[in-house]
Amino acid sequence: MTLFGMKIPMMASLLFWALLWEIVGRLDMIFLIPPMSSIITTGFDLVATNSWQAASMVTLRSFVLGMALAIGIGVPLGIAMGRFRIVDNIFGLWVNMFVSAPLSALVPVLMILFGLGETTVFVTVFLFAVWIIVLDARAGVMQVPVSLIEMGRSYGASRLAIFTKIILLSALPEILAGIRIGLIRGVKGVVIGQILVSIIGYGELFELYSRSFDMERFWALTIILFAAAMLLSAGVELFEKRIEYYAGAR
Amino acid sequence: MASPMTARVAETTSKPDAIVEVRDICKRYGDLEALRNINLEFERGKLTTLLGPSGCGKTTLLKIIAGLVPSTSGEIRINGKVVTGPGPERAFVFQDFALMPWATVLRNVAFGLELKGVSQAERHRVAKHYIGEVGLNGFEEKYPHELSGGMRQRVGIARAFSVNADVLLLDEPFSAVDEQNRRKFQEDLLQLVEKERKTFLFVTHSIEEAVYVSDRIVLLSPRPGRVSQIIEPNIDRSAAPDVIRRDKGYLDVVEEIWQGLRQYAE
Repeated sequence: MTLFGMKIPMMASLLFWALLWEIVGRLDMIFLIPPMSSIITTGFDLVATNSWQAASMVTLRSFVLGMALAIGIGVPLGIAMGRFRIVDNIFGLWVNMFVSAPLSALVPVLMILFGLGETTVFVTVFLFAVWIIVLDARAGVMQVPVSLIEMGRSYGASRLAIFTKIILLSALPEILAGIRIGLIRGVKGVVIGQILVSIIGYGELFELYSRSFDMERFWALTIILFAAAMLLSAGVELFEKRIEYYAGAR
Repeated sequence: MASPMTARVAETTSKPDAIVEVRDICKRYGDLEALRNINLEFERGKLTTLLGPSGCGKTTLLKIIAGLVPSTSGEIRINGKVVTGPGPERAFVFQDFALMPWATVLRNVAFGLELKGVSQAERHRVAKHYIGEVGLNGFEEKYPHELSGGMRQRVGIARAFSVNADVLLLDEPFSAVDEQNRRKFQEDLLQLVEKERKTFLFVTHSIEEAVYVSDRIVLLSPRPGRVSQIIEPNIDRSAAPDVIRRDKGYLDVVEEIWQGLRQYAE
């Protein structure tokens, strides 16, 4: 980006808002907004505490388990829906309903079913992430060009070879895009799940900090979470770009 | 989906020089009659073109011969044997190239051999040979999206040559190639036909292209598709391409076909 003929680095806007935040914080106008510098120093202290590390482990565990299940079920289900009409008819309506449903409303029901613990959070992550993974895998399989499958058949490919060498690879960019969006939704799922359960992981910390008006820690934790979600997404995006490069023009 | 190599042996009745025989082929899509009683023989080593206006079922007929589309009735014989699915004696070149975008030129060309279980060294050797034949030396490690339309179709043709099929089925191979490259491509194709001594079945809607490349042209009439006329251009292909394109015989055949087809023009 250039402004008045000067080249402005990518992070400039972030720095500008951080500076503005700092000024507002220093002016001591609202107790909700402490100075950015003190949030950052608190952040470094926070990361060193046992309670943060333990909460991170709990959060990471629920997230990884939930995502693993969402990918493990979502990708095969989406592929089956894309390939077999009957599977599509059975699950299509449900998947479309859940993908746009306000799932946070279901968390209290999950709490009754799975108790006030990690299981509920883990199921929340799964429910937040799985549907978009299913839909994207399905879309990927359905857009495989007919001529590519005909090509496989005309050169003597078995059904298995057509599936593994053509359909799966052809659908890979969409499958990965679904997983990336699923990961982002999964981050929301883990935070919302923990906040609603509110006695484990980051949910417990958020609850503690906001109740005691410990705004430095509250914001430090929020920023850490935002950064983690963005890094995660950027990581998958980097991987996706390699695949998209191969899939280039089709 | 038909499994590969479903050719079953039947009694041989045909003349020895007909490599592909089409017997009473009919094709219906529900109420739509696409092909009616097609009877054709394709001579070994010749290039035959299926020509006709859009909707005459020429691509459908080619795909039935390829075993990709089942016929409603009738049978296809290759080398005297009735076939009901794709087989190793036929190779198909697709209108939209049908290249795998995630695979290099080399892997795309070798894909037919990969599916047959040929070792990597051997299939790469064969593929490299045909990549050279179609004029793509140096592009082995490129991906399809890095190539022009004409170059992509050359990959498709190299893939068809690599499996060493007797019959090459080309479905409007140059329709997605721009005009200049198309002419060059037609000239190169004639050289390959000369060199490889295979049987070519070629679908096109371009009269000039058909006359320029074919030993024999089968004209199809539309809705339902039937054989309306068979023309043998008898053009001396030893002449230079520019000479052929101005040759009186060539132009006369183009005109004759146009007269036959103009009734179907909208």
